[in-house]
Amino acid sequence: MGLPVVHIAAIVPISMTVGANRIVPAVAIPHPLGNPALPESDEREVRLRLVKKGLRALGTDVEKQTVFAE
Amino acid sequence: MVRGRYKVVHYLNQFFAQIGGEDKAGIPPQIMEGAVGPGIPLQQALGDEGEIVATVLCGDNYFGENIETAAEAVVELVAPHRPDVFVAGPAFNAGRYGIACGAACTAVRKRLGVPVVTAMYEENPGVELYRREVFVIPAPRSVQGMRETIPKLAGFVRKLGLGQPIGLPQADGYLPRGIRVNAFVERTGAQRAVDMLLAKLKGEAFQTEYAMPTFERIPPSPAIKELSAATIALVTTGGIVPRGNPDRIEAASASKFAAYSIAGTDDLTADAYQTCHGGYDPVYANEDPDRVLPLDAARALERDGTIGRLHNEYYVTVGNATSVANAQKFGKAIAEKLVAAGVDGVILTST
Repeated sequence: MGLPVVHIAAIVPISMTVGANRIVPAVAIPHPLGNPALPESDEREVRLRLVKKGLRALGTDVEKQTVFAE
Repeated sequence: MVRGRYKVVHYLNQFFAQIGGEDKAGIPPQIMEGAVGPGIPLQQALGDEGEIVATVLCGDNYFGENIETAAEAVVELVAPHRPDVFVAGPAFNAGRYGIACGAACTAVRKRLGVPVVTAMYEENPGVELYRREVFVIPAPRSVQGMRETIPKLAGFVRKLGLGQPIGLPQADGYLPRGIRVNAFVERTGAQRAVDMLLAKLKGEAFQTEYAMPTFERIPPSPAIKELSAATIALVTTGGIVPRGNPDRIEAASASKFAAYSIAGTDDLTADAYQTCHGGYDPVYANEDPDRVLPLDAARALERDGTIGRLHNEYYVTVGNATSVANAQKFGKAIAEKLVAAGVDGVILTST
């Protein structure tokens, strides 16, 4: 058993290297779950979508390291 | 100076190329004539035999966020100089820089057929990603090791520049690439393996012929069946802490993690939270800490019933040059606490 974890981070190759099993690619290194270039409401939407994607990853069985890009 | 017999192009990040700090980490690849920063002692160590004709530089964030495009741009900047050797770094334990050095070297070697070498700390993620493609000279963790690294790097650049054959990793001082070469030896594999086993049983030193990878692989945990009934916890390596960093988590090489209550908090605001993580531009995280630890979004999903409950504490450490041993220790300790608290799944965010 164990605890499912989703890694949300900007650089997928690092997530792969360190062994994350569920990976969601994020926006950028200094602001993985935000985009300061966007108006605040759009930025919140970006963040909400990434977290939802993360939850979908947690709700999905995987056999090996999997990137949830879409 | 005397025109060298072999030409070298050197890769540096924005910091070592003396362009700027984190404020310039987003700049795309560009090229400068001659040697810059660490290229100057490197040139001195090469003497008259070799010449650093140009230095390519790129911001660490730009490279990390656009690995393929950035590597391609580096190739295009390097190509007109027709170097005999391409050298990158040293990157020490800077993760983004190490990846950039590895990716730039790999692209230059594959696209231009130029021999390449870089230098970095053995636990730099760039090593695990690129050691099969690139010669990596081991370097200490920090820039204080520049003085001892430059002569080693220069010695290797010289060998490549003069077209001398490269021997085994131990003999020529680079990290093993995981390439096996046929060789005739006195004793068979079975005999050597038994020798090693006997040495191990006696507590004596022995040298493995096939080292295991450093990073542990954990089988994926089963999915959460019913998210709407699940308790989800937030964990981050991005250093989001209450203002003032009460537990004094280190900005680099963290020796600890911390847990903070988010009971009753719906949004991380700049007046109450900050990042204590070194090594990346903290402006965005400090303006809105939700950009690293997405509490506002998680609360929204708790309110609308997508998840059952958000765990009332979040866990934080700093993933900046943190040793793998410490990171594993933190991970295990955090997991035990979360399991004991009845948490069903974790959202882990990293910068």
